[in-house]
Amino acid sequence: MLSKRIIACLDVRNGRVVKGVQFVDLVDAGDPAELAKRHATAGADEIVLLDITATHEGRGTLLDTVRRTAKELFIPFTVGGGIRSAEEAAAVFDAGADKVSINSAAIAHPELIDAIGRSFGAQAVIVAIDARRVAAQPVDEAEVFVSGGRTRTGRRVIEWAREAEARGAGEILLTSMDADGTRAGFDCELTAMVSEAVEIPVIASGGAGSAEHFAQVFQAGKAHAALAASIFHFGIADARALKQELAQLGVAMRLPC
Amino acid sequence: MIPVTVIDYKAGNLTSVVKALKYLDAEVTVTDQAEEVRAASRVILPGVGHFAATSRLDETGITDALREVIARGVPFLGICVGMQWLLTGSVEATGQPGLGYFQGWCQRFPEGSEKVPHVGWDHILTRTSPAPRLFAGVEQDEFVYYTHSYYVPTTILREGALSLENPIAASTKYIATFAAAVEHENVMGVQFHPEKSSAAGLRVLKNFLEFRC
Repeated sequence: MLSKRIIACLDVRNGRVVKGVQFVDLVDAGDPAELAKRHATAGADEIVLLDITATHEGRGTLLDTVRRTAKELFIPFTVGGGIRSAEEAAAVFDAGADKVSINSAAIAHPELIDAIGRSFGAQAVIVAIDARRVAAQPVDEAEVFVSGGRTRTGRRVIEWAREAEARGAGEILLTSMDADGTRAGFDCELTAMVSEAVEIPVIASGGAGSAEHFAQVFQAGKAHAALAASIFHFGIADARALKQELAQLGVAMRLPC
Repeated sequence: MIPVTVIDYKAGNLTSVVKALKYLDAEVTVTDQAEEVRAASRVILPGVGHFAATSRLDETGITDALREVIARGVPFLGICVGMQWLLTGSVEATGQPGLGYFQGWCQRFPEGSEKVPHVGWDHILTRTSPAPRLFAGVEQDEFVYYTHSYYVPTTILREGALSLENPIAASTKYIATFAAAVEHENVMGVQFHPEKSSAAGLRVLKNFLEFRC
């Protein structure tokens, strides 16, 4: 049986892992290569490294950090942040990433999804969607934001997810900006809406604070994978402890010994 | 150090495969030249992406070179599309023949109750008798990492000396029960990505590197 994936996410700025609450108040949490290896050893199913400041500061992805992190990592490794062209994606793959996550650049140039997919396969392209809901509006009105959540696009999440899939994205990484950093739980309604709208797997992100939150997003939220960042960094739980709790809650988990 | 030749047919990213082989102390040569393939003592054909991309193997003469080295007993491992290519062909690109080492066609998962592609960690059931050499030291029910929409059916056959033989070394159930791995003499294939499958995957690669006919 296909297990649900727990993905450890490293938000990286200037080569260091940081984690903010609703995209502000960044706190230093360590070295990416060291943390990635620690998460993999503890049973994380994948690692995502997001260079969170790349877009608005106009910097390229930190290839050196990617290379160092990939070196002894033998689980899937995704890199995102500031990838604007197929050439930049190629450099990230060359440095050791298995997948790239594209966000702002995909909105600006949707054909980038097709281009990376053609060269590296659909499985290598994750389209990241930062979603925000408008109070009192139905969930399908949720809107796509870009540039680290700074800029609204006027596009509806559900339509953009369908377009990304049609263009050949392999997975959708859906972040609820309303829930992100709150540790109050994922937005299950939003996640279920997107998961039902597309055939490709949806990775839920934003709001993890407890094992129950993960169980909810896998069950009610119909997510195939979920991203966790701060839940691991500050000793709340490691992947193993989280997965053991989830297995007890009836969620299919890979539990390496 | 064990020499191994990794074939580059410009379909996807070889970095992870090469990195895992080097981690296992292999001496890795990456090539897109038929002559280098002919001289290989151990060959890996990786592949992510479309089955049609294997047309490049025919155009470069690598298909013929691989037929020769396989006939000579050189250990061969196909990964993902590299394994699918061992079949007669694939419904993903019906005009593009595979090697035809195994009789059968690659199929697509039907859409419906489960997501297609099949992405993530799923467990394998390995054949118990005879135990596949590729899985020595790998626990029954171990999880491996998959990402694919097409699969090798468990009904494929290989014409043996006396009879038709079934080469399925391990299987996984997702919508259909499909071949997670094949093994017949010196020819092996895995549908999952051993280079991304943590300790179990590294063990499979190590078993391949140490494979003796």
